[in-house]
Amino acid sequence: MMSADLEARVPGFLRGVRLQRDRVRDQWIVQAPERAFIVDPVAASILQRVDGNATLAAIIDALASDYDAPRDLIARDVIDMVEDLAARQILVCKS
Amino acid sequence: MTIPFPMSLLAELTHRCPLQCPYCSNPLALENVRNELPTDVWMRVLDEAADLGVLQAHFSGGEPMARKDLPELVRRAAKAGLYVNLITSGILLDEASFIPLVDAGVDHVQLSFQDVTPEGADLIGGMKNAQARKLEAARVIVAQGVPLTLNFVVHRLNVERIPQMFDLAEELGARRVEIAHTQYYGWGLKNRATLLPTRAQLEQSERDVAAARARFGAEMAIDFVTPDYYADEPKPCMGGWGRRFINISPSGRVLPCHAAETIPGVSFPTVLEDGLESIWTKSDLFNRFRGVDWMPEPCRACDRREEDWGGCRCQALALLGDAGATDPVCRRSPDRSRIDAAIAESADAPLTYRRMSNHKTQ
Ligand code: SF4
Ligand code: SF4
Repeated sequence: MMSADLEARVPGFLRGVRLQRDRVRDQWIVQAPERAFIVDPVAASILQRVDGNATLAAIIDALASDYDAPRDLIARDVIDMVEDLAARQILVCKS
Repeated sequence: MTIPFPMSLLAELTHRCPLQCPYCSNPLALENVRNELPTDVWMRVLDEAADLGVLQAHFSGGEPMARKDLPELVRRAAKAGLYVNLITSGILLDEASFIPLVDAGVDHVQLSFQDVTPEGADLIGGMKNAQARKLEAARVIVAQGVPLTLNFVVHRLNVERIPQMFDLAEELGARRVEIAHTQYYGWGLKNRATLLPTRAQLEQSERDVAAARARFGAEMAIDFVTPDYYADEPKPCMGGWGRRFINISPSGRVLPCHAAETIPGVSFPTVLEDGLESIWTKSDLFNRFRGVDWMPEPCRACDRREEDWGGCRCQALALLGDAGATDPVCRRSPDRSRIDAAIAESADAPLTYRRMSNHKTQ
């Protein structure tokens, strides 16, 4: 796929999976059926923008401006992470 | 020792259940409906659990859908930020009873099946035509879009049908499957001679699960619990005593695991008398086997002591009469011969069903 096609996809959480603030332990977690796991602050900043409407391109743009970082670098991280989480039944991507 | 925050609350709302599985994890002395906690106390307990760090609430029983206030409790748990898991037999689940639970915020359902054949299911559940109702329940859950786990407890009488269990899960659209070998406490211990699989059956079950993992890949999450009788080391029961789980009985007793009520000589804390945080951090029961200081030899000097935490306290109690002993499943335990004798003893005998009348109180 071309990178424009890749970035046109819209990631969303699978039903029954969500990002949540664990206020007692002061960290971000993903809750899923029969498991909860910690997500690091970088992953959390990506997942906070996953709402089932925003395209990957929009998420990457927002992160690049928030962190004032090169867009290429951010794009690679975001796409890798989203694909990994899709393979693990956390996210789904609509094109 | 710093005390970890608990991760999960197992809320056993009731011991009422239309089924009578002969391996049920409920205690032999089933709680009467008159002693069940009222709605407002459960509400408070759910809030306290979230404040204490619990992330997931598992509503179970018995059959939790036998409680009329289940939608209210689910709503409260969801509002407190808890991930809500419903553990059900599905017998009471239809559109009319399930949609209010979805509206209230149920995140996931774990539906138990006793077998893949109606005859096998009736034999274990002790109820006629249960299978058809469970299949219908699965369809309702999937139609509502709620993620579904199928749970199969396996034993000598059904273990050969594991491949068909996965077929059924695929056909019904389940996202997770649990294949759990029977654990031999309480009712399961009573029926151990009939239910314990042979070593050949266990090995076949391992091959069947491996084949399913290869077949489904990431499409289906698979959880496999082996019978520890055939292992060399015990399982870390509940992830260690007082480390991850809080179990609350229908009458409000707070326990580190569902079988802990059998331990003699301790007073059981209850939510009617104390708050959850105080029970978790300060009670004698939760501190009794927490960490490694209580351990006897050979655990005390063992390099696995912080992996399996000396195994299951309730198994040590049930088989050796001492909850503070090394789990006899362990090859290093001086009492391992008890487990080997049980394996040699297994035979085809009639099942004792989970019923109030099948337990005489001493
Ligand atoms: S194991 Fe069987 S009898 Fe026990 S609560 Fe579950 S469904 Fe009911
Ligand atoms: S000796 Fe104790 S800690 Fe070591 S493996 Fe056996 S049960 Fe576990």
